Amino acid sequence: MEDKLSQNKVLEEVTGSDYKYGFVSDIENDAAPKGLNEDIIRLISKKKEEPEWLLEFRLKAFRHWLKLEEPDWALIDYPPIDYQDIIYYSAPKKKETLASLDEVDPELLDTFNKLGIPLEEQKVLAGVAVDAVIDSVSVKTTFKDTLSKHGIIFSSFSEAVKDYPELVKKYLASVVPYTDNYFAALNSAVFSDGSFVYIPKGVRCPIELSTYFRINAANTGQFERTLIVADDDAYVSYLEGCTAPMRDENQLHAAIVEIVVMDNAEVKYSTVQNWYPGDKEGKGGIYNFVTKRAACRGVNSKVSWTQVETGSAITWKYPSCVLMGDNSVGEFYSVAVTNNYQQADTGTKMVHLGKNTKSTIISKGISAGKSNNSYRGLVRVSKKAEGARNFSQCDSLLLGDQCGAHTFPYIQAANDSAIVEHEATTSKISEEQLFYCQQRGIETEKAIGLIVNGYAKEVLNKLPMEFAVEARKLLEITLEGSVG
Amino acid sequence: MLLNIKDLHVAINGKEILKGFNLQVNKGEIHAIMGPNGTGKSTLAAAITGREGYEITKGEIIYKGQVINDWTPDKRANEGVFLSFQYPVEIPGVSMTNFMRTALNAKREYLGQPQLKAGAFLKLMEEKKKLVEITAKLTNRSVNEGFSGGEKKKNEIFQMAMLEPTLAILDETDSGLDIDALKVVAKGVNELKSDENAFVVITHYQRLLDYIVPDFVHVMYGGRIVKSGGKGLALELEDQGYEWVKEQFGEE
Repeated sequence: MEDKLSQNKVLEEVTGSDYKYGFVSDIENDAAPKGLNEDIIRLISKKKEEPEWLLEFRLKAFRHWLKLEEPDWALIDYPPIDYQDIIYYSAPKKKETLASLDEVDPELLDTFNKLGIPLEEQKVLAGVAVDAVIDSVSVKTTFKDTLSKHGIIFSSFSEAVKDYPELVKKYLASVVPYTDNYFAALNSAVFSDGSFVYIPKGVRCPIELSTYFRINAANTGQFERTLIVADDDAYVSYLEGCTAPMRDENQLHAAIVEIVVMDNAEVKYSTVQNWYPGDKEGKGGIYNFVTKRAACRGVNSKVSWTQVETGSAITWKYPSCVLMGDNSVGEFYSVAVTNNYQQADTGTKMVHLGKNTKSTIISKGISAGKSNNSYRGLVRVSKKAEGARNFSQCDSLLLGDQCGAHTFPYIQAANDSAIVEHEATTSKISEEQLFYCQQRGIETEKAIGLIVNGYAKEVLNKLPMEFAVEARKLLEITLEGSVG
Repeated sequence: MLLNIKDLHVAINGKEILKGFNLQVNKGEIHAIMGPNGTGKSTLAAAITGREGYEITKGEIIYKGQVINDWTPDKRANEGVFLSFQYPVEIPGVSMTNFMRTALNAKREYLGQPQLKAGAFLKLMEEKKKLVEITAKLTNRSVNEGFSGGEKKKNEIFQMAMLEPTLAILDETDSGLDIDALKVVAKGVNELKSDENAFVVITHYQRLLDYIVPDFVHVMYGGRIVKSGGKGLALELEDQGYEWVKEQFGEE
């Protein structure tokens, strides 16, 4: 214990001052000093033993980032971020290990129990030392065997750079270039780690891929980078995130997800995001600035984004589809819940380039407390996109009268044959509905959960089974104390 | 005595609607409450079930020997108070099955009973559906969504059968029903009636009382009961309308 304390002290001194020698290494920690400059980027790249081209990529991104201004068009409000006050490399970042669940924040345990998370898993999530890991190791091994049998690559981004440099080089930044936006440039300069998925031609991935099963998946850091490639006729369903509230000390998160879909291939990408939203007074919480985009390059290709966003103090996120291949299909299903002082500005972009491309947008916003919840979406039909179709439905549900719901739909159609439909509704949970439930013996909070889950059903039904069950409970927990 | 309402005064937004209402109901009894529109009948139902916005300014509602003025609506429900709504509300996306299971398990939890297993629950649903001749699959239907007027009322009685209340209040259950649906609803009520429960039937018309025969009939006017009697009083009202009530007890 004493050792640990002194270690932490050393670390603090090193990271808190202008330590000239860059890194301090010991068994537990490995961290760069605060701040961002080319030296730091070189260090990150070196530490990760990256090839020259990747370092060049990072540096180009960084130089571009320096020229950019932080965007301010979203309907979110937060104090200025000091980018020089952040540690950009720290790995492997070990959480403080607790001796038993008794030392874990009771509120966190309460949430675990409500979510029905098994005890052993609770320990892992809360950072308690676990002895019985044999089970999960064997599960992971079986998992890896199954994948390699099909020729599927599923590894950490860093591993992929080492093991499959050609593939990574070919597809990296091909969907989200580092010039795309401020946070994409930042991520491209400093990304820590993430996942790489490649599904070969004609392979239908037999299992749902989840980072949970990836060995060494813990702590990919705050600048995560994911790249998924589905080759011709391939299929994969990918699950991101975890329904349990993860402990995380990093306030700023800027991730990138890129998806490439070739001829007749399909990718389903599901997210449940439940990061720390800050306290009831709006203090703390994660700032989540994410760029997610899929390129439907092949004919008849398809991408589905499904997201359940309940966490983070600030959410800035627009999972998008670029429909290049003829007959390609893009879908976006979203439930975004904000409570207390949370702010979410989220939606999608559907860019129709190919002929007979189709897109569907179903967005369900739920605001409670003093929160702000915005849908922002763009449907763009290019000149050549003959026969393009879009249907958008954006619903907002308000709980109480101090929260805000906003809808910003942008439609740009340059082809006369395009059919673009947009429907939007705003409603409140009615006193009548609540009383009806209460009169049947269902207490207020449970009633709200029931009504909200009904409202979001269309989207929740798109989630893989086991994810959906937990997402439902999560909605109820997020809205606890929002009425009455 | 199951229900004892003593000198009840209830106001909505400061306006007094019930003005000294009294009623005693014993187990095994059916009481009909009749009266012209706007006389406080639905306010009475709301006050007994504890709806928000209905402020008890004076008096007591005593149920099973306890004053329940401050009880939450769900506590009253779980103690056996049921309201068949005049206008059942729609809850989109919530299946009847899920809704009923949540309600039933809430009650069981309140009573310290184990949760009902899925199989047993579905069996119970099928059984109770027959009682009110519901043939539709409820699994895929959202609560009251797309239900016809008659279906909604049948659905109320179905829920009542599922929850087996001790005190059931039927608020204008006959309104909007054709004669066949009315008979089905009445049959359901009559089958559920026992020595262990009681019904308060609020209605504007005598028609329903041909099928659900009351032990007592009360005429309500100006926020209180102005006349009580047996079944014959309902027929009298049917004959003479409510004009005599207004004449005798004054225009509001």
